[in-house]
Amino acid sequence: MSAPLCKKEFFVQEFDFEHAGKAASDMRKLLMDYGFDQQIVRRLAIAAYEAEMNMVIHGFGGTLIMEINFEYIELVAKDNGPGISDLKLAMQEGFSTASDEIREIGFGAGMGLPNIKRCVNFLGIETKPGQGTVVTMRVDLGPDAI
Amino acid sequence: MNLYDIATKLDASILTPKLDLSRQVHCAYGADLLSDVLAFTRPSTLLLTGLINIQVVRTAEMAELGGIVVVRGKPVHRSLQELACACKIPLLRTRMTMFESCGRLYQSGIKPCIKDPGCECNVCPSV
Repeated sequence: MSAPLCKKEFFVQEFDFEHAGKAASDMRKLLMDYGFDQQIVRRLAIAAYEAEMNMVIHGFGGTLIMEINFEYIELVAKDNGPGISDLKLAMQEGFSTASDEIREIGFGAGMGLPNIKRCVNFLGIETKPGQGTVVTMRVDLGPDAI
Repeated sequence: MNLYDIATKLDASILTPKLDLSRQVHCAYGADLLSDVLAFTRPSTLLLTGLINIQVVRTAEMAELGGIVVVRGKPVHRSLQELACACKIPLLRTRMTMFESCGRLYQSGIKPCIKDPGCECNVCPSV
């Protein structure tokens, strides 16, 4: 596997709702500066934002890593959280373990992971109770991607 | 319809006067669930919402929305206005309820967010 053309890491703090979304925003600006196709940027931005909010809300914070390759852009969200006990249930639209406080700010509707799946070409989730979660997302780059 | 027209229809105040309000809006989405906004809008959609936290602007930024209308005259903190300006997301505020705001815009020809016929992308909403 060849080395990525660009690799960037963004740190995400647990329950920091004032800055939540900053990592996805910075990543989005970077992709726009590189001149990627608007739809590809939008798909990656939405996936990154949902993953970031999951890390803020459920994951005790973590890291969002973006890698640009020739054929795809990969995002990896690694959190320090409790893991997902039932992944199949977590992938269902409408299922959420978020608190009322989270719902009051507009999240916790059980759409995070389904939204990510909708936006990416590949979604891989590794999780074990007590050992955190690693979410890998890839968006393919076609010939008109840049 | 541009955002000046929207402001007139909703008797709304403009909270980001430095931003360009001549941008066109063709469809709108009313919601307080931000993941729904991320899932079911498309670029340039106008968002009507009762939420006034920072995440509203972040959501609009990621989804490339055309603007935000805060309904029911809720107080908007300066930090939200500043972030909206920085993200170039026009922010309006109306005293009207969500129901009345949506009704007036629909009556004026603003469409709901639905997929364009023939669009095969997996991002635009299909309903």
